[in-house]
Amino acid sequence: MNKTDLLFYLGVFLFCSGLLMVFTKKNAIMILMGIELMLNAANLNLVAFNQSTPGLDGQLFALFIIIVAVCEAAVGIAILLKAYRFYQTVVPDQFRDLHEKL
Amino acid sequence: MILQEIILYALAGTCTGSVLLMIAHKNLMYAALGLMGCLISLAGIFALLHAEFLAATQLLIYAGGVLVLIIFGIMLTNRIAGKPLLTAATHWFFGIALTVGVASVLIISYHETQFESRIASQISMNSQAIGIELMSTYVAPFEVSGVLLLVCLVGAAFTASWFKKHPHE
Repeated sequence: MNKTDLLFYLGVFLFCSGLLMVFTKKNAIMILMGIELMLNAANLNLVAFNQSTPGLDGQLFALFIIIVAVCEAAVGIAILLKAYRFYQTVVPDQFRDLHEKL
Repeated sequence: MILQEIILYALAGTCTGSVLLMIAHKNLMYAALGLMGCLISLAGIFALLHAEFLAATQLLIYAGGVLVLIIFGIMLTNRIAGKPLLTAATHWFFGIALTVGVASVLIISYHETQFESRIASQISMNSQAIGIELMSTYVAPFEVSGVLLLVCLVGAAFTASWFKKHPHE
């Protein structure tokens, strides 16, 4: 197994683990962690395939992905805090009502 | 060269083990610990792939910033009086079926594709080259990402802040 194959399989494993966490875990913070894993898998693939091209485009794209991932995490946690204050839980299955509690 | 391979395999193994810990463990804090292990070993892999700037960014932003943010989120959204922070999991069958499907599609398409095997010109000054690229070719996305970070900061602070004079209270 050469280096690119190993890195590609690691990226596939990370992406699928993130997908599995997003689908199976009940806690919303675990879902956010799964999304982070998927973004990291994309980064790993970009950097690994950048090895076989002369430029630095893959690494720069990975840099911008990191920036967007940070924004996503910050806004996601803020929304979760707001939802926790409203529903007293962070399990998305229990976000049932769209109206205010009476 | 052989030492590099050994370190690469070790880091990949660490990453895999951390992710398996994240999936298998019920405790949220252990899952955050697994995420930390995964991110740090990914930073090591980036450093091995001659992406030193990206490795440093990964360590500073992911392992330093996002992880702290996630741990803050865990602590603020659970009542931690006594009981451990457990999380449940459902839909294992559908999740695993979907995951295996996506993985097989990715791997099959990888093996079907013919890649050009070009040898990269090793850039010795990675950080300098990235800085020059950021300030010349990629200056527009750089500025846009700056604006995006500012908007995110303000939006997140506004969303998470707690107003005492809520109109419905």
